[in-house]
Amino acid sequence: MAAELELGFELNGTAVRCGAEPHWTLLRVLRDGIGQTDVKYGCGEGVCGACTVLLDGTAVSSCLLFAPQVAGRRVETVAGLGSPEEMHPLQREFVERGGVQCGFCTPGMVLGGLEAVALDLCGSPEEIRHSLSGNICRCTGYRGIVESVAAYASLPPTDRG
Amino acid sequence: MSVVEQPALRVVGRELVRHDAVEKVTGRTRYAADVEQPRRLHAALRRSDVAHGRLRRVDVTPALAVPGVVGAYTAADVPNNVLWAPVPGQLPGTGAERSRANMLAEDVVRFDGEPIALVAAETEDAAAAGVEAVVVEIDPLPVLDDPLRSLDEDVPVLHEGGNLLASWEFEEGDVDAALVGAAAVVDRTHRCQAVDHAYLETEAGTAWIDADGVVVVRASTQVVEHHRTLARFLGVEDNRVRVIAPYVGGGFGGKEDLTVEPYLAFVAHRTRRPVRMTWSRQESLRARAKRHPAVMHYVTAADAGGRLVAQDIDLVLDGGAYAQLSAAVLLWSAMSSMGPYRCANVRVRARVVYTNNTPSSAMRGFGAQQVAFAYENQMDALAAALGIDPLALRRRNFIEAGDTLATGQVIPTHVALPELTAAVEERLGELPQPSGPARKVGRGYACNLQSYGFNVWMGDWSSAWVGLEADGGLTIRIGVPDIGAGQASSLVQIAAEVVGVEPERIVIHIGDSTLTPLTGRTSSSRQLYMSGNAVLEAAERLADDLRGVAAMVLEVDADAVELAAGEARAGEDALPLAAAYAACIARSVPVQQLATFHAPTGPRWEARPDWRGRIVPDFAYSCHGVEVEVDTETGRVQILRYVAAHDVGRAINPQSVRGQIEGGATMGIGQALYERVVFEDARNVTRKLANYLVPTAVEAPEIETIVLESGEGLGPFHSRGVGEPPVSPPAPAIAAALRDATGATFTATPFAPERVLATLAAHGVGR
Repeated sequence: MAAELELGFELNGTAVRCGAEPHWTLLRVLRDGIGQTDVKYGCGEGVCGACTVLLDGTAVSSCLLFAPQVAGRRVETVAGLGSPEEMHPLQREFVERGGVQCGFCTPGMVLGGLEAVALDLCGSPEEIRHSLSGNICRCTGYRGIVESVAAYASLPPTDRG
Repeated sequence: MSVVEQPALRVVGRELVRHDAVEKVTGRTRYAADVEQPRRLHAALRRSDVAHGRLRRVDVTPALAVPGVVGAYTAADVPNNVLWAPVPGQLPGTGAERSRANMLAEDVVRFDGEPIALVAAETEDAAAAGVEAVVVEIDPLPVLDDPLRSLDEDVPVLHEGGNLLASWEFEEGDVDAALVGAAAVVDRTHRCQAVDHAYLETEAGTAWIDADGVVVVRASTQVVEHHRTLARFLGVEDNRVRVIAPYVGGGFGGKEDLTVEPYLAFVAHRTRRPVRMTWSRQESLRARAKRHPAVMHYVTAADAGGRLVAQDIDLVLDGGAYAQLSAAVLLWSAMSSMGPYRCANVRVRARVVYTNNTPSSAMRGFGAQQVAFAYENQMDALAAALGIDPLALRRRNFIEAGDTLATGQVIPTHVALPELTAAVEERLGELPQPSGPARKVGRGYACNLQSYGFNVWMGDWSSAWVGLEADGGLTIRIGVPDIGAGQASSLVQIAAEVVGVEPERIVIHIGDSTLTPLTGRTSSSRQLYMSGNAVLEAAERLADDLRGVAAMVLEVDADAVELAAGEARAGEDALPLAAAYAACIARSVPVQQLATFHAPTGPRWEARPDWRGRIVPDFAYSCHGVEVEVDTETGRVQILRYVAAHDVGRAINPQSVRGQIEGGATMGIGQALYERVVFEDARNVTRKLANYLVPTAVEAPEIETIVLESGEGLGPFHSRGVGEPPVSPPAPAIAAALRDATGATFTATPFAPERVLATLAAHGVGR
């Protein structure tokens, strides 16, 4: 069964093409169409933030976007930020400060934190908490996550990866 | 802070980076839904839209006509669709005495969302269309939605043998006489709501047939030993089913029962093709088991000096439509219902009943959570009635090591509640002023006890395999599912400590019912205790052999050999572990060890009220203190400070311990203030995450943790379980703080704004 759409966009710096149906969400395109499984399904309602990706640099819930909306655009996921051997500075903060437990919210949380720092919405712990309120974590109680983002935000911009 | 001096250790006690965290933060971890296979099918469930009814017709023929649908199945297709199990704990002649579990409903549906038919298709869209096409006709039956009415004469009987699912009863001393002479008596009913686990990863998995014809299920689960139950459903021998638990995206008890596994196993077995099933968040909220709603009537009495003289306790838990783990949850409720307090006269009557509500089962705290809300509310009310400081009242009654509870359970290790309460009190200091004229501030404390480990008559055991590699690295094989608490990384740390291999050079293989030694479920705060002891024993045996061989090579006494930093060292001489491996092989000394740790065992609980004995190995204890501000005009409750103090025995990884305490307290706060699953005529109407308010980083307060290392636990290096204990104190502590602020008594969770306003109005507070 041929897909109705032939979708092209940039994923983590590489041009990708993928067959998709018009009613597919970006989340489904990424996970089932391309195998980009670091993007997580958590609720399908845009509430939990587990499926967060950066779309042209803006954090969005990929479960709320339809496939045609991403044609020709730039998508970044957490796997594009860094690798175990060469982690992004924000990823390293999450690991070292107890920002990761079960890890299922982590990809979305890291991208949410990255955007918050890029938008300069991390001036205080309270501001960081508000900036991250679109990403639910059920394991940590958020302290390690907030501290990770704060530590990353305090780095000189040249060291932020 | 610590109660006794503990020896300094090399690796245990360090804030090591968890190896799994690196994989997770870079998106590499393959969770249950993250593997792909050629020719994979997608499976989905048709669920009941009524809460109670008789199935008149289930026709899957139209589903089979949907393009892409490969199979559509009903109960009649499942080799053994209904499994029966005995229900422990009942008194003779009462209750259903056995419980029913079915893969797909047959004849009768008992809750909204119960699976009726199963569809397997080439694509997710085809599976969804197939599910829609199944024809289901149900004759509705009257619903039973009130657990307090379950045992009445005029209600529907949901299971053969009646609606009493299980009961536990015991009595010590003379409660009625003690109540007569008491200086203060508090008689109240406390209620807790149904809550959802709301882990971020919904239930998911894949299954396939391996080269030997074995059915392999790789699923998000806390229990790989479910392979046996799956085999029973399929009518095959136990060793023909294998369950693999990859890293789990949160469990909290919600993945202790079977979820997707039977359907995956069935489709793989039937079609011989790989299959995936993922429950949507909406399915998960609607149909997967919840925490037991509880109605808890307590009469608690003290003498003028504030010593407890009587506790008369009646518990009714709503088990929902199927038994699942309700009988065990009820035991945990009953045995914990007196709290960590001495009392000579105790009467406990505990029952869990069937209703048509969503089934209830395991949830972090496992029944000990709800009763903590009740017994701590009672202690606070008693303190007020007697004019005694709430912590002072508690201190006059704390149990101590060696005490015997009314159940006959002897308290085996130190009870650090005096130290914990003092630490919390000292940390909190002065109460701040309210931020506005309509606002009030208050402070509250709560203590609790939570067992870790299974009940002793289960003969609990856990096995671990530890082997040195030729290059000096170490491999661990162990069946433990890691549900996010650092179960695997803590075991690495223990092995590294004992064998002297650096943690980075250890690889741990976990969670496989066929290829890793079995450890039992990741539940009951038991994995560090059980699996930690198993790894410790295997590692110690290996280390003994390595020291012995190294001593021969180095020509010293074995006692002089120390294993550390990848070598066996005796003074100035050192043998790299790779050389020690070669020396072992040359001398036919094993380089691998399989060890099994057995928990203490004891006689099975007998179904009579005068049975007494040990129920669990040990308990963990904690004290939380909270300062709140309540807006008497809006009913909004804000947490100003939150302090959580726990005796963890010994912290294997302080970062993981802190994470458990912070996360558990935050979950408890969510359940105390925001979270609730709402039923309307037994239909669960909380079907969107948008309607289920899990705390975000904004609502979650900073949890100030105090970790006490008493050196008194039964786990490796004298640790205690810490997974469940922190979830219980938040609700009673916040209730106490609200009472301190307003004078009003809060006896039902959650303390949502409308309930807060109603309660304040009933007490004449505010407008």
